[in-house]
Amino acid sequence: MADADRTATATAAAADRGAALNVRVRDARAGDVAAVAALDAANTGLAKPDYWAGVFERFGGAAGRFFLIAEGRTDGAPGGAPQFMGFIVGEVRSWEFGAPPGGWVLTLGVEPAQRVRGIGTLLFDVLCERLKGAGVSTVHTLLDRADTLNMAFFRAQGLMAGSVIELERPLD
Amino acid sequence: VKLQKATRYGLYAVLELARDPARQLSAADIAEIYDISANHLAKVLRDLGRAGLVDAVRGAGGGYRFSGNAKRTTLLDVIGLFEEISDDRAAGRSGARDREPATAIGESLDLVLAEIDDIARATFGSITLDTMLKNMRRRGERARRLREGQTAAE
Repeated sequence: MADADRTATATAAAADRGAALNVRVRDARAGDVAAVAALDAANTGLAKPDYWAGVFERFGGAAGRFFLIAEGRTDGAPGGAPQFMGFIVGEVRSWEFGAPPGGWVLTLGVEPAQRVRGIGTLLFDVLCERLKGAGVSTVHTLLDRADTLNMAFFRAQGLMAGSVIELERPLD
Repeated sequence: VKLQKATRYGLYAVLELARDPARQLSAADIAEIYDISANHLAKVLRDLGRAGLVDAVRGAGGGYRFSGNAKRTTLLDVIGLFEEISDDRAAGRSGARDREPATAIGESLDLVLAEIDDIARATFGSITLDTMLKNMRRRGERARRLREGQTAAE
């Protein structure tokens, strides 16, 4: 689905919360990629514009893949363009590492000035609704255990350790 | 992971009080709910008080009240008041956990035990009291929906 603007089909609760926050969650457009890349660069200290352009190509409207944007007005003023506030990327994955079909959150970011307002939770809830609509009943993610900020966020959404454990070894 | 008795009592008390920060409960009230020793719990509550997690309310009808920040306090913060889950990478060979002998087998065993400690620390360190209470409510809500679904199906 090329550059269509599908308004997120969030639950009534998520939609109400979005309205209360004056924030809307919608599908990403090509014009959002620069803001997403800039937020990621600020969060990780590493600029990866080509990577984000690729994510948009793969996830922007593909079936079972979701690239969502939160936008809104902070001053409550009715005029002017809404401001980029955050993003989330997820997809349905089936049978990788033997796991049955499930939803995966691949990445999530919220502008530092907009944190602790519930925008990350709103993005997560809308993505979960999309994943449910795609026919899956579980949501997963993968995190570095030293990443306490994101680890605490996903724990607060009710995620617990799943049955898959990541193993690694240096290639020497 | 097996937590010491004082640690478990500390977690019971702080979570029970954090469920409703306006409510006051005595050591005996909490001990009764969890069927544990009120004397031991009283000592644990004093430790929680020194850490700023609970306030002692004096006088008749007094007791303890939650005074911490449930969104900022993790299970690891509470556990750390009573025992240490060793952080070998930080502590080196003088870490809290008994080290295995400095042999190839001992060192390999140390690596496995350090991995388990790391996972335990990451788990306890990422779950706040608020998250625990929220997850409890979520589970209760899910169980209620299931019960209602079963009743409707009957």
